[in-house]
Amino acid sequence: MIALIAQRIAQAIVVLFVVSVLAFLLSTQIGDPVASILGLQATPEDRLELRAALGLDDPWPTRYLEFVTNVLRGELGVSYITQRPVSELIVERLPATFELAGVALLFSLGVGLPIGIYAAINRGRWSADAILSLSVIGVSVPTFVIAILLIFLFSVTLGWLPSFGRGQVVQVGWWTTGLLTPSGLKALIMPAAALAVSQVALVARLVRAEMIEVLRADYIRFARARGLKPRVIHLSLALRNTLIPVITVSGIQLGFLFAFAVVAEAVFQWPGIGLLFLQALGSTDVPIISAILLLTAAFFVAINTIVDLLYAVVDPRLRAGGLNGRPAGA
Amino acid sequence: MSDPSDTRPRLRDSDLLRAFMDSTQAMVAFLVLTLLIIAVLLAPFIALTNPYDLATLDLLNSRIPPVWIDGGEWPYLLGTDSQGADMISLILYGMRTSLMVGVLAVMLSVTIGTILGLISGYFGGWAGTIIMRAADVQFTFPAIILALLIGGLAKGVLTPTAQAQFAIPMVVLALGISHWPHFARLVRGAVLVERNKDYVAAARLAGRGPFTIMRRHLLPNVVNPIAVLATLDIAFAVMGEATLSFLGFGLPPTEPSLGTLIRSGYNYLFSGEWWLVIFPALALMVLVVAVNLFGDWLRDALNPQLR
Repeated sequence: MIALIAQRIAQAIVVLFVVSVLAFLLSTQIGDPVASILGLQATPEDRLELRAALGLDDPWPTRYLEFVTNVLRGELGVSYITQRPVSELIVERLPATFELAGVALLFSLGVGLPIGIYAAINRGRWSADAILSLSVIGVSVPTFVIAILLIFLFSVTLGWLPSFGRGQVVQVGWWTTGLLTPSGLKALIMPAAALAVSQVALVARLVRAEMIEVLRADYIRFARARGLKPRVIHLSLALRNTLIPVITVSGIQLGFLFAFAVVAEAVFQWPGIGLLFLQALGSTDVPIISAILLLTAAFFVAINTIVDLLYAVVDPRLRAGGLNGRPAGA
Repeated sequence: MSDPSDTRPRLRDSDLLRAFMDSTQAMVAFLVLTLLIIAVLLAPFIALTNPYDLATLDLLNSRIPPVWIDGGEWPYLLGTDSQGADMISLILYGMRTSLMVGVLAVMLSVTIGTILGLISGYFGGWAGTIIMRAADVQFTFPAIILALLIGGLAKGVLTPTAQAQFAIPMVVLALGISHWPHFARLVRGAVLVERNKDYVAAARLAGRGPFTIMRRHLLPNVVNPIAVLATLDIAFAVMGEATLSFLGFGLPPTEPSLGTLIRSGYNYLFSGEWWLVIFPALALMVLVVAVNLFGDWLRDALNPQLR
């Protein structure tokens, strides 16, 4: 177990190292900090002086080390466009994205789990097959199309829900939340639903596949032979083993919700990290782009590492041979 | 000798075809896809207006709603856009671009992924480790973020004229690069299984070089899973193109694709001209659903364990 933890953490460090080198290259190769600070009127002497002062003439390894130290200290540079510290911008935007992704995760589990259980128990019946086909549609519709259809229905046609923004937010410490006001909750419904749809289908399919597998197991057949009620067998015996992979997968899903939040945030003008990323991409605001790149990598590496370790804790079979025992391509 | 040109007709004449005839899902999906592809290929002949040729557009015909709504006019079944272009024609041309970008992007992912997967699986060693570590690093990022990053940075670096000129290759590159690790992992996994089998040892003893073994012996045996993943990946690439273009980091408005159509139509959603965005969106849905249904069926049909 200790060997496994060490191995996973070493892997995580390698990934973060590579990404940090990429982010470093990005921030040094694209865009010119000297020009963005001094503007167009600067003399060549001023430029050379500032280059030296900023340490741009130092050798690469020195500059990379400095870059990493700054990042670890939370200094992510200054945005070219707004001239504000990137870390400040990100902290300001984080709550919006986390609330969006979190609520979307609850949506997808809350809807996907029951559907998957139903489809597994009633396998072969037309209703279960219909649900399965519908789930193909769920994964086939891009998030932005769902968002547009929702806006068309609930904002343009019915006028029930706002089509953009976060509504009224409340400050709780440094965290701003939209969960405590009616307008904030109303504004959250459509972006979270749009984000959750494709995940609902994935959760339902995963739960169905896992549960069918579990229902084939000997202990379930034994329980049937003992004459236990189907309800008990399905919901108490089978579901418990089905949930193990579901819990770990929802960790990974949170990551993907975080990523696809970019799209939902763009359609609904939701003031989160994703919108910040797109705005920065649109204006080639490199400090923000490379900071978000690092942040995303750190977030995903953390999730993947935790999920892998959780797997080993929950399923002792994985401990013996390390994680290399998992089938390739999984 | 397992030459691909020998195995394919045999497959086609037997189980696969029978499985196809047995599955309504597969036949419906295939029918829809075939119709769409034929319509898209015939676009220059059946379209009422050509979005690339402004002379075919008449501003007097602009913003006509679909025929079943007051003010709708024949022959503009689904209405027209702000420049007088027929919606059906726009969707046909747009789908043509979307499909082309999608197929090219998948071909790029398949090529990169298969070559690197074969090398990594067959040779192993440090080259294999580096390749799979690179795939791991890339898996850390969701493909869509990576594609956005490539598309966005390319826009920032290229001049506007270069952007217009290289718009399609850039999107293909962004989508293709963002998905190669899936194929590399798949191929590597399959090769790891195959490489220790007797026929590979026999080929090696017969004096075949490693690249001949990969091409002539390993590749034909990993072609099925690649075909399945590639089919499903076309759906991803078509959605990816649409998403990139919708967000403004894909194709320019002058290059009608399903994504750019939805992007430009979205501006009119609030002024009541909903058909400009809803129909391209539905067309995108139908296309992707058909590809996914066909891909799902192909996966089940080619997997002997499920049959």
